[in-house]
Amino acid sequence: MSPDSAPAAQEPDIPAAHAPPPGLFALFLAFARMSLAGFGGVLVFARHAIVDQHRWMTADEFNETFALCHFLPGPNIVNLSMVFGSRLRGIAGGVAAFAGLLLPPTLIMTVLAIIYARFGDVDLLRRILAGISCAAVGLLIAVVFRMMTPLLKRMDVVVIILMLGVFTAIGVFRWPLQAVLLVAIPLSIGVTFLMRRKVAA
Amino acid sequence: MNSENPIWALISTFGLMSLFAVGGAAAAVPEMHRIAVDVHHWMTDKQFADAYAIAQLSPGPNVLIVTLIGYAVAGIPGALAATLAMCLPTALLAYYVSRLLNRPSQSRWPGLIQAALVPLSIGLMAASALILAQSTDRNIAALLLTATVAVIASVSRINPLWLLLAGGLLGFAGIV
Repeated sequence: MSPDSAPAAQEPDIPAAHAPPPGLFALFLAFARMSLAGFGGVLVFARHAIVDQHRWMTADEFNETFALCHFLPGPNIVNLSMVFGSRLRGIAGGVAAFAGLLLPPTLIMTVLAIIYARFGDVDLLRRILAGISCAAVGLLIAVVFRMMTPLLKRMDVVVIILMLGVFTAIGVFRWPLQAVLLVAIPLSIGVTFLMRRKVAA
Repeated sequence: MNSENPIWALISTFGLMSLFAVGGAAAAVPEMHRIAVDVHHWMTDKQFADAYAIAQLSPGPNVLIVTLIGYAVAGIPGALAATLAMCLPTALLAYYVSRLLNRPSQSRWPGLIQAALVPLSIGLMAASALILAQSTDRNIAALLLTATVAVIASVSRINPLWLLLAGGLLGFAGIV
């Protein structure tokens, strides 16, 4: 994961901050737990478990892994489970994390589908769910803030401008995602390339 | 491709959709609505809106709205088929791409590309937080709840589940 592979090649690639990699069943359980806790999205809980609780990845490694999964097609967090699990324990680890993430909530969702088909909606349930969703947005804001801190600490102005640009284009102006990414991805890769060349020189 | 079997229709629809769903499940919701309501008439508009709310507020990845659509079409086998079709192909793709990028090589491009995507990814997340906040925080109490949770979760390592439970209680009491 180090930015330049040349110097990293001469040292073992397990940084000191890491915990030892978990077993397959532990991976399954960890992803089942973060998935079941993940009301309104699992990312918050995945970051909490992987970075803060188990220390399986550093904050920067998590950002890079998530960014990769974010820009590949498909549900990000499902991609993340497969990529993360396989980085720790090979393809079996990927499958364990994938199954842990999806199996329990799929069963719950199926039960909810059956209940919904029978009873439709109840007002009290709606009120409770509305309160939960407000809190869930707060959690999302907090996880965005925490993912931002490694970037803010580096005081990398160009990177911060890129981040704010995407936020404004999508969040405020509501421009179409594809168009924004079509401009932002080449731009960011170009800028990163130029900055690294300047540092190397 | 025009088989009568609803399971096959689910698998081909969601398998294909997932491969074009760049930006995650939230980005695919308008397309899901178009296909489930307008094209195939699997659900009514209201059923789709309810399914979306249930998926948002239930544990697990939000993409599991496809489980609910699958159930509406073909019962339990439909629920399982839709879920796997939406999740498995792209997860395998992600596995191969990630292995490709992390193969030890002289090239510095994989690291560079991943690093370049980080600020864009965080910007996107911040944008969806803003869009979600605009749809859920319709009064001052709701806005305050969201802001309080954001601050507490940023400065402490409290288990996020407690904050969600607190939100549920406030909703139960009719405060937000």
